[in-house]
Amino acid sequence: MLPNPATVESVAEAMNMAEIKGRSLWADARQRFLHNKAAVVSLIILALVGAFALFGGLLAQYENDFVDFTLIGSNAYKGVPSLETSHYFGTDNSGRDLFARTVQGTGISLMVGIVGALVAVVVGTLYGATAGYFGGRVDGVMMRIVDVLMSIPFMFVLILMLVIFGRSIFMLFLGIGLISWLDMARIARGQTLTIKNKEFVEVAHATGVHPVKIILRHIVPNLLGIVIVYATLLVPNMIIFESFISFLGLGVQEPATSLGALINEGSSTMQYGYYWQIAFPLFFFVVTIFAFFFVGDGLRDALDPKDR
Amino acid sequence: MPLLEIDNLRVSFTTADSDVNAVNGVSFGIDKGETLAIVGESGSGKSQTAFAIMGLLARNGHATGAARFDGQDLLSISKRDLNKIRSREIAMIFQDPMTSLNPYLRISDQMAEVLMLHKGMSKRDAINESAHMLDAVRIPDARARISMFPHEFSGGMRQRIMIAMALLCQPRLLIADEPTTALDVTVQAQIMQVLSDIRSNFGTAVILITHDLGVVAGFCDRTLVMYGGQIMEEGPTDNLFANPSHPYTSGLLRAVPRLDRDDAKLATIAGEPPDMSRLPAGCPFSPRCAQVLDNCRAERPLLETDGTRRRACHLPVHEVA
Amino acid sequence: MSPILSVRDLSVTFDVRAPGAWPWTPPGKLHAVSKVSFDLASGECLGIVGESGSGKSTLARAIVGTIPSSGGNILFEGADLANMDPRQRRVHRRDVQMIFQDPLAALNPRMTVGDIIAEPLITHEPKTPRAEVKARVRTLMEKVGLLPNLVNRYPHEFSGGQCQRIGIARALILKPKLLICDEPVSALDVSVQAQVINLLMDLQRDMGLSMIFIAHDLSVVNHISDRTLVLYLGCVMETADSSILTTAPEHPYSQALIASVPIPDPVLERARPRPVLEGELPSPLNPPSGCVFRTRCPKVQLSCADKRPALTDLGNAHQVACPFHAATQLLSVQP
Repeated sequence: MLPNPATVESVAEAMNMAEIKGRSLWADARQRFLHNKAAVVSLIILALVGAFALFGGLLAQYENDFVDFTLIGSNAYKGVPSLETSHYFGTDNSGRDLFARTVQGTGISLMVGIVGALVAVVVGTLYGATAGYFGGRVDGVMMRIVDVLMSIPFMFVLILMLVIFGRSIFMLFLGIGLISWLDMARIARGQTLTIKNKEFVEVAHATGVHPVKIILRHIVPNLLGIVIVYATLLVPNMIIFESFISFLGLGVQEPATSLGALINEGSSTMQYGYYWQIAFPLFFFVVTIFAFFFVGDGLRDALDPKDR
Repeated sequence: MPLLEIDNLRVSFTTADSDVNAVNGVSFGIDKGETLAIVGESGSGKSQTAFAIMGLLARNGHATGAARFDGQDLLSISKRDLNKIRSREIAMIFQDPMTSLNPYLRISDQMAEVLMLHKGMSKRDAINESAHMLDAVRIPDARARISMFPHEFSGGMRQRIMIAMALLCQPRLLIADEPTTALDVTVQAQIMQVLSDIRSNFGTAVILITHDLGVVAGFCDRTLVMYGGQIMEEGPTDNLFANPSHPYTSGLLRAVPRLDRDDAKLATIAGEPPDMSRLPAGCPFSPRCAQVLDNCRAERPLLETDGTRRRACHLPVHEVA
Repeated sequence: MSPILSVRDLSVTFDVRAPGAWPWTPPGKLHAVSKVSFDLASGECLGIVGESGSGKSTLARAIVGTIPSSGGNILFEGADLANMDPRQRRVHRRDVQMIFQDPLAALNPRMTVGDIIAEPLITHEPKTPRAEVKARVRTLMEKVGLLPNLVNRYPHEFSGGQCQRIGIARALILKPKLLICDEPVSALDVSVQAQVINLLMDLQRDMGLSMIFIAHDLSVVNHISDRTLVLYLGCVMETADSSILTTAPEHPYSQALIASVPIPDPVLERARPRPVLEGELPSPLNPPSGCVFRTRCPKVQLSCADKRPALTDLGNAHQVACPFHAATQLLSVQP
C-alpha cells in the first residue's frame, strides 16, 4: 500500500522524500516471464541457435560452397560426421561440408523469420492502429485493401514471382513481407478499437493532443503486448513458410541455402542411409520452431495475465 | 435455532504472489423470515462470505469454519446434498443478472426447467407457475413476455426475472448480492419494493449484501457492518443507525451526503480500503481510524455481545464520536 | 456579469443503423440530447442529474467538444464552439477540462503518473523547461493529496481514489476555467467518495473554478452544486437552486427521483411516502411525443402528448418543464 498522505508529517518532508521508482507493466511482465521455466529455457536455446548461426562459421573448416571432389561417390563411408575430417556434420551429396551449410542455412531461415515479423510489427501495427483510430471511411477503405490482399492466394503468386523474376533472396523477403503484415494489421486494428474507447484516449483528444501523438503515445504502447506475442508466433510460421518454398526448390539460390532446402536435399538421400543429411538441419529447424512457440506462449502469459 | 448460522468462517485465496485472506473469522446467524444487511466496502469480504455459504468460491478459494443451515454444515456436506439445498432452500441473486441467465434460452424454458427438475412438474404446469411468479415480481404482461430472450429485457426487468427464478422453489433464504447497484434509482426503488413484497408474501429470509446505507435503512431488520474481512459491529438497523458504536460505522454514516440535510462539509475517513493480502496485525480499521488507541494496532479486538448489539472495538462505546 | 458558458437549444443526435440494413439506407436518429439550454456563471457549480440514458454524459462531451452537436449553440466565454478558429479551439481545449467516472481507465497504463499529469502542459506549452514541468507536476500532486515522490509510479499501483486524484491533477495543470466532472465518485468506495467530493469542493473554491458536476446520485449532486439541472431522456425537466430542488421540487419527475433516493436513516426512510415510479426509460430511438416523461408520469394528462412543454420560469432561477406543476402535490423529503 502507498503511504497515506494524512500520515505524512509535513509537506516539506514529503517534497524531500526520494522519488520512488514505479514498476511498469513491462517490468511486471518481465517478472512473470522469468518465472516461466519453459519459456526461459527456450529463450536460452534460441540465443544458442542464434549464436550458432552468427559465429558457427568461425568453427567450420570448410567454406559452405567448397566441393570436396574426393568424396563424391563415396559419401556413405567418407562423408559421415566425424571430428577427424573436420566435417562435424558430415558432407552433403555434392561433397560440401554440412556443418558450414547448416550454419548458413540457419542464418537465412532466422533472417527470413525475423524480417517477416519485423515488417509485420512495423507496417501492420501502424497500419492497423491508424485505421482503427480514425475509423469510419478511412477504416473502411484501409481494411478493404487488407481484405483484397488477403483474398489473393499468395503462395501461388509468390511461386509465380519466383519463377518469372528468378529465384533470389530479395524476392523471397519481398514476398514474405507482403503477406506477413496483413493479419497483424487486423489484430492491431481490433485492439485499437477497444483502446480508442478507453477514457484516457478521450482525455488526450479533449486536451488537444495531436492524433499522431495519440497513436504513438497512447495507442501503440498499449498494443505492443499483443503485437509482440503475435510477432513471436509469426517468426516460426515464416520459417516454415520459407522452408516450404525451398522444399519445392524455389527458395534460396545455390550455393546459398536454408534449413528448408537442406531438409529437402536430406530427404532425397535418406533412403541410402545418409541420415545425417536430414538429421542435422531437421534438428535445428525443429528446435528453433519449438523454442519460438514456447517463448511466444510465455510472452502471452506474461503480457496478458488475465487470459490464464 | 437460527435458519442459517455462520460460525468462525474464514475464506482465503491462494494467488501467485501471496495468500489473500478475504474473510477472517466471521460469525452470525439469521432467523426465519428475517432480513439481514451485510454492509461493507470493496474488500470487506461481504460477497466472499455469501459465496462461501453457497459453495461458489473461485477455484483458488478455500473456506473453513461452519455454515449450518437447518443444522447441516454447508461447508462439509457432499456436493450432491449442497446442490439440493442450493436449488430448493437457498437462492442467490447477483448484481449482474446476466451471470445466471442463459442468453440463448427463452425465459420460459429457463424457468420451467428449474420447476421440472426440482418439483417434477409437467412443462405446461411449469410454464404456468413461472408466469405466476413473473406476475408476482410485477413484470407487466408476463404471460406474453415469458417466451422472450433475456437480452430483450432491460436491466431492471432482468433483475426481476432473476428474483422470480430464485423464488420458483420457494426457498427459505434469499441472498441478494448488490442487487440494485447497476440500476437507476427509480428502478432500484421498484426492485426494493419487489423484495419487500416477496418477503411479506412468502416469508423468505433475506440477506442483503450492499455498500449502500440508504438501501439498508429502508429494508433490513438487522445490520452487520464488515471491514477487512471482519465484523465491525452488528445490531438492529434502527438502533445501529441511530447510535453507531464503532468508529467505522459512525464515520461511514457521516461520509455519505444526505438529501435531507445540507452539511457544509462531509466528514471523511482518511486513507483507502485495505489491501487484503497485507492486513494490519490488530484491528483492520486501525490505520484509518480517527480514534485509534495504542493497543488497536497490536491487538485485534474481539466481537463482544451487549444485548442485541455486537461490536469489535477497543474504544469504550460512549467515547465513539 | 456574462456567464462563462451558455448552452442554447443544444441537440446531439447519433446515427444508428439497424442491424442488417443496407449501407445506403438512411440511418435512424438517436436523440441523446434535445434542446437543452442553461447558463453557467463564473465560479458556479452546476449539477446535472439524470438516470442512465438521460444524455448527461453526451452533454458533457458536447461541451468539451469531443462529440459534435447537431443543433443549437455552445458559447464558451462568448465564442461559439461550432465555428471557432484553430486558435480559439486551442484556448477552449486548455480552458475546459474533464474528469471521468472510471479513474483507472482514464489513465494510460503504460505512462508514469508524472507523464500523465504533465501531458496537457506539454501539449499546450511545449516550450516549458523540463524542470518547470516537473515542479508544476509535483505542486499539483501535493495539492490533490498525493505524495509528490510517487511521480514515477504507474497507475495500476494506485487505488481507485488515488487514481481519481491523478485525473484531477491532470485536469488542473493548465489552470482551466471550467471543469467538467462526469460521475467522478460513483466508481469509488463510500468512504473514499467523501474525500474526493471534499477535494473537488476545496479546489473549486481555491482556484475559482466553474464546474459542471454530473452524476446519477442526487444526494451527491445536491451536496456539491449550487444549482441542479434534472435531465430525462435528453430533455431538461427542471432546474433550480439545489436546496430548492430537493425541498420543493415542482416537476413530477424530480419529485419521483427525490422520493426514490434512499436516505440512510431507518426511521425517516420508513416514514417517507413512496410513490415508486412505474416502468422504465423509453427508448431514445423512439421517444414519446410531447413530454418525454408522460409515459411514466403519475400526473399525466391527455394534452401532454401534444407538444413538448416549454421551461416555465417560476422566479429565483427556478424553471420547470411541466404546465401542471402548480397542480402537482408537494412531496418534500423533510419529515
